[in-house]
Amino acid sequence: MTSSTTSEPGYATERETTEGRVFNVTGGDWDTITGSIDPLSNEKIVVNMGPQHPSTHGVLRLVLELEGETVTEARPVVGYLHTGIEKNLEYRNWTQGTTFVTRADYLAPMFNEAAYCLAVEKLLGITDQITERANTIRVLFMELNRISSHLVWIATTGMELGAISMMLYGFREREYILDIFEETSGLRMNHAYIRPGGVAQDIPESAIRKIRDFLVYMPKKLKEYEALLSGQVIWHERTQGVAVLDVTGCLSLGITGPVLRSAGLAWDLRKTMPYCGYETYEFDVPTAQTADVWGRYLVRMAEIRESLKLVEQALDRLKPGPIMIADKKIAWPAQLALGLDGLGNSLEHVAKIMGQSMESLIHHFKLVTEGFRVPPGQVYVAIEHPRGELGVHAVSDGGTHPYRVHMRDPSFVNLQAIPAMAEGALLADVIAGGASLDPVMGGCDR
Amino acid sequence: MSVSQNPEGAQLGSPAEIPDNPQKGMFGIQGTGDVSGFGGLVRRRPTDADSPRPFGGYFDEVYDALEEAYPGFADAIEKVVVDRDELTLHIVPEKIAEVAQIMRDDESLRFELCSSVSGVDYLGSDVRRLHVCYQLASMTYRRRVRLEAAVPVDGSLPSVTAVYPTADWQEREAYDMFGIVFTGHPNLTRVLMPDDWEGFPQRKDYPLGGVPVEYKGAEIPPPDQRRVYQ
Repeated sequence: MTSSTTSEPGYATERETTEGRVFNVTGGDWDTITGSIDPLSNEKIVVNMGPQHPSTHGVLRLVLELEGETVTEARPVVGYLHTGIEKNLEYRNWTQGTTFVTRADYLAPMFNEAAYCLAVEKLLGITDQITERANTIRVLFMELNRISSHLVWIATTGMELGAISMMLYGFREREYILDIFEETSGLRMNHAYIRPGGVAQDIPESAIRKIRDFLVYMPKKLKEYEALLSGQVIWHERTQGVAVLDVTGCLSLGITGPVLRSAGLAWDLRKTMPYCGYETYEFDVPTAQTADVWGRYLVRMAEIRESLKLVEQALDRLKPGPIMIADKKIAWPAQLALGLDGLGNSLEHVAKIMGQSMESLIHHFKLVTEGFRVPPGQVYVAIEHPRGELGVHAVSDGGTHPYRVHMRDPSFVNLQAIPAMAEGALLADVIAGGASLDPVMGGCDR
Repeated sequence: MSVSQNPEGAQLGSPAEIPDNPQKGMFGIQGTGDVSGFGGLVRRRPTDADSPRPFGGYFDEVYDALEEAYPGFADAIEKVVVDRDELTLHIVPEKIAEVAQIMRDDESLRFELCSSVSGVDYLGSDVRRLHVCYQLASMTYRRRVRLEAAVPVDGSLPSVTAVYPTADWQEREAYDMFGIVFTGHPNLTRVLMPDDWEGFPQRKDYPLGGVPVEYKGAEIPPPDQRRVYQ
């Protein structure tokens, strides 16, 4: 490949290569490029968007072939955030696995943990022994997490389609939820809070008060968002009739979650294949008929309201009780306590095992270093993640470590819809369509 | 270390060299995954016995419906395992696409959605060590079924992308991580690892760590050489 550089360095440098002329665009210098393209001889342009691009939701790369402003071919390229979570899991015990999986889809850590723990519990055959309080806390936190994830969606999508203030509002309200998580688990994100057998730590009273406040605060904010967006002409133009994908398209491409529901199919695993006691809660599955970005916006806004209903019901039925399974062979022995630097061993527990009870020390040591054994076999557990079906395929060979864990992440599968949505449409609609899938690359690449 | 000891698929001796004893895990532990050294854990094979009829639940209905709808049923099913309320149909790898087609289209089966495709490496416990698991979901009947096909390291099986286009990237991932070859796949390339990566990282004989980092000339030693817990 031969190349020669012209124009000033750092700004829209262009090179002649054997494949054609190559431009490097770094900022607001688009005019330089459009000015130097001869419309007669350069009909087709290949644009490499990302992996570092503010509107691709992380390190997603799109290779777009353009004719004028029309996209003729779109190819998503993923893998830039691959961190080998599945491989790493095989070298840690089953409980330590939550620390890894929570980092996959970083906007929905509670879901990663819940799906993984449900799979481990199914392998152990202890699904029925999970205490009521633990299940209620799981539902409570998953729904709060769904709200925070949808808030990031509305925030980033708003920003990408020109509503910058929406980004500030969305992130501001999300912070409220992260405060609740921090109050309980000690961490804003990557909590490792849901553990095989229950949850790591009981909810403190202060967090429950915060959730109650949030239930009053959030509906008002939702109205504000809708006042800002729903009647907005630009918002309509940018979302209505854009990136349409009907039910047939969704099913063949495996698209689930709000995108499928925006096409009119009320498929929500919380209703259709319930887990964690969702069948006992009252909530609706919102759908839209338009199958476009607008429909996905409506569905997600309605889902936030449904999640608020679920949070309220979960709070009401939160009765005092154990948060960890009674079986001492599985329950994590350490009584955790929240310190200034996060969640750690409680001093009381350390004093007991180090000073008073040799048996407790042995028990603690065995379970923490070696972990519990899981009977051989395989399971597949799927839950409704904010982006669709999150599945965990876990295989055990009878040891204390997972033999294989696969996460079927909705971001990974849903991104396959980008060519179907983008090809034949305008370049600007690629952004809207991609954003409406709500991809999170941490989950996609794992 | 000779080239033959490199991970499956790696040709240049990079990026990783496997430990002499594949049973030797991290931190110098021999044989089992028990890092504490207690308990004498021995790896057991997952349940693989044929489950007896009746299977219970909707499993019998699915089994019978497939038998009725698919003429080559007897030649295609290797065994049926019902474990932990889940039905696994072990399929002859060459027949997987045909079976998937029937599973999707037959009136009484209707598995419209292929939720997940993932690979598992049963090194040492199965001669055909690479297994592909297809998690199918029927939205009409609200059912789930797992199809499983086993191929040896140099084997291949038909792609189901013509039946379930969603399997496209998921089969690419199984190829990327396990080196499972899906014939008829429109674009079987790596999806998560870099295009020029050597070896298949999620195989059991591919170590964790000890892989020279490609960038900036850095190299991370394998975990068992970083520190010793013996």
